[in-house]
Amino acid sequence: MLILQVLANGLVLGGLYACIAVGFSLVWGVLNVINILHGSFIVLGSYVAYFAYTAWGIHPFVSVVLAGALLFALAWALQAGVINPVITAPVLTTLILTFGLDLLLNNAMLLAFKADYRKVNLESPLGTVSLGGVVMPLDRVAAMALALLLTGLLAWLLEASRIGRAIVAVRMDREAAELMGVNVKRIYAVTFGLGAVMAGAAGSLLSLIFPISPLNSSGYLGKAFVICVLGGLGSIGGAMVGGLALGVIESFSALLFGPEHALTVSFVLLIVLLLVRPTGLLGRRGYE
Amino acid sequence: MRAAGVLLLAATLAALPFAGGNYLVRLATIMMMYSVLALSWNLIGGLAGYPSFATAAFFGLGAYAGAIAQTRGLPLWAAWPLAAAVTALFAGALGLAILRLRGHYFAIASLVVGEVLRELANSATGLTGGGMGLNLPILRLEVTAQARVFYFVMLGLALLTLATAAAVSRNRLGFGLRAIQQNEDAASMVGVDTTLYKTTAFALSAVFVGAAGAVYATWVNYIEPGDVFDVLHSVKPIVMVLLGGAGTVAGPVLGAVVFLALEELVWRNFLTIHAGLLGLIIVALIFFLPGGLLAVGGRRRAAAGRGA
Amino acid sequence: MTPILELRRVSRFFGGLRALHQVSFALRAGEIVGLIGPNGAGKTTLVNLVTGVHRLSGGEIYFDGRRIDGRRPHQISRLGVARTFQVVQPFPRMTVLENVAAGALFAARAASLAEAKAAALEHLRFVGLADQAAAPASALPLADRKRLELAKSLAMNPRVLLLDEVNAGLNPVEIDRALRLIRTLADRGITILLIEHLMKVVVALCSRLVVLHHGELIAEGPPRAIVEDPRVVEAYLGSRWASRAHGATPP
Repeated sequence: MLILQVLANGLVLGGLYACIAVGFSLVWGVLNVINILHGSFIVLGSYVAYFAYTAWGIHPFVSVVLAGALLFALAWALQAGVINPVITAPVLTTLILTFGLDLLLNNAMLLAFKADYRKVNLESPLGTVSLGGVVMPLDRVAAMALALLLTGLLAWLLEASRIGRAIVAVRMDREAAELMGVNVKRIYAVTFGLGAVMAGAAGSLLSLIFPISPLNSSGYLGKAFVICVLGGLGSIGGAMVGGLALGVIESFSALLFGPEHALTVSFVLLIVLLLVRPTGLLGRRGYE
Repeated sequence: MRAAGVLLLAATLAALPFAGGNYLVRLATIMMMYSVLALSWNLIGGLAGYPSFATAAFFGLGAYAGAIAQTRGLPLWAAWPLAAAVTALFAGALGLAILRLRGHYFAIASLVVGEVLRELANSATGLTGGGMGLNLPILRLEVTAQARVFYFVMLGLALLTLATAAAVSRNRLGFGLRAIQQNEDAASMVGVDTTLYKTTAFALSAVFVGAAGAVYATWVNYIEPGDVFDVLHSVKPIVMVLLGGAGTVAGPVLGAVVFLALEELVWRNFLTIHAGLLGLIIVALIFFLPGGLLAVGGRRRAAAGRGA
Repeated sequence: MTPILELRRVSRFFGGLRALHQVSFALRAGEIVGLIGPNGAGKTTLVNLVTGVHRLSGGEIYFDGRRIDGRRPHQISRLGVARTFQVVQPFPRMTVLENVAAGALFAARAASLAEAKAAALEHLRFVGLADQAAAPASALPLADRKRLELAKSLAMNPRVLLLDEVNAGLNPVEIDRALRLIRTLADRGITILLIEHLMKVVVALCSRLVVLHHGELIAEGPPRAIVEDPRVVEAYLGSRWASRAHGATPP
């Protein structure tokens, strides 16, 4: 029974993790930029949900839209203004640049919100659901469902919309896309914005589960790394599989080694995977 | 002219701990330490073009190796080289594994190694003291003398690293690393043993950092995982190299000195926005000084040459 | 006499794609052999297998009697196999001289950088690039970059030289010049495998041709016989042309 409960915890967590990583993976795959800001974007999304709830009583599920919109605007501006000019520079340049931007954003959040841990405590939680001995808070399940729904929505957007097709085209072959009349710089900005939308949405949903603090951003970023390597880079399916896998792995390693070692276990896993299977569990080649 | 400049510099460096107060000596010691880190990173990051974030891992490993050796009764003169050797061996083995990865994948793997080591240090309580940290044997020396000793040790280490970097940049290894950086496939096609060269560069980029970590541990007398494995130990040397001029011999030292001088003069007064200011400097650096300070000097000289 | 380079039933798959299948042929020391075939026939894959860039899926490769498949690119280059790239690959931020010196230093094992540079200058003179020695490699126009590739390969002191489309993108005058260079190399005793899709070029230079089509070796022989071989004509022009060329009435 314990095993089933741990598995269920892991899957619920994993759905949220998929949502954390999918935007990060998209940006990495399309722009060839590792966005170190991603963790802080998620935390900012959590703060939006927190303040919307404490000030106006808006439910975090609804704040997903608010956080998404705010982060899209912020990310678009950052991309168009600061990142696009150096987008073709060597890996190190964009890495260090987003690291610098992250120091700025994280410092700003520390000044504005302090390092104290905050939490959204719903006045009327949905209660728990129990299925064959496995007990689960309904809010968590709903958050996971919403996270997976949003991830599916992004997949649908890439599949069915004009702009989505353009993003996929740029990811596969930037120069060919350019020749076919795609405005690559705009696609980069939109993609970066979409990545931030997913981060903001994930942050809103996570505000129900994890304490909120700027100090958490590096933890989220680490998870996004691991998920991308687990699932393989640049595909939504990969992020989903990677997210669910990490959720389950973390739950079980928390059980086996204690919760404080969960991240270390996943990091060790990351290194091993990079070495033996750099294309991820699904076997798709990553974009270098 | 040049010889006179070098002599003057040498005299200044030698006289500094006797002329300056403790504060200045401490700052100079930190500058030397970071010069070691920046010069070392430049070997793998600047010359070979592999974006390594493993400096913190090497620094922390060296610090703990030295500290553990000392607490087990090994004298300084044995503990420090031992730490350097342990770190270099670790880097060699690690390099064989992760230098097959390129670009972002290498960067992430090298970054995560430091995180894993930190967690290991945190959990191996029996060996490292865990999160409580580790106290080192206290040196029986009065404060000023101690400051001088560590200044000269770090200075010596920095000079050794500088000499190594200068030698590498002039010999076969440096030439091969530049070829790897510019086009690795073409490099192997003209006969460069890329695995050997990259691994050698990685081990060289670790050995002095490990020594610096061990010396640092003795110097501050107390280390903890969060301090010596701090990711900023990986990032700051990169920023320093970019500031001074990547791929050059003297650039990293210049970058380290300027960076730390700025940090002391400006940031000390703004503790709450310390990280934000560092971020701002990074952004400004990438946009306004893409080739580093030395490139600015080079452009000036080139312009002057054309004018003459 | 053992061949200087021999491929025995060499195959290579990429995932499910069959890039080369059971290809066997040999080069004798001193000859110029043309490797031709339509785009996508597997010519560059073959070069990548010989030079150790890709691993073989099956078969064996021998250089001067020694088996070389499975060895790494730098080891093969030091044995005396050099290649030029179809898309030229200079070290962009090195000078022209340094580019060539790299070949002399690492593959030909020059004793010092100074010695490598001296040798490099000789090779630059030979290809007619000596006046560009101090220029950055990235500043050269295409024809010069092709000559730089050639000088870099020569500096490796090769016994076999694989020239992958050295003439692509050159104008007729530049092609003539390149052909004269290649002949001089052969006169020096270097065995040359010339990968081309310009028939005119290979017919003029080569004593023998090897034809690849869809990853298989479909013909081998003297140029005159090859250009009249119906299988080769078919590979290049399609079946209707092939039958017309041989006087049969198209259906």
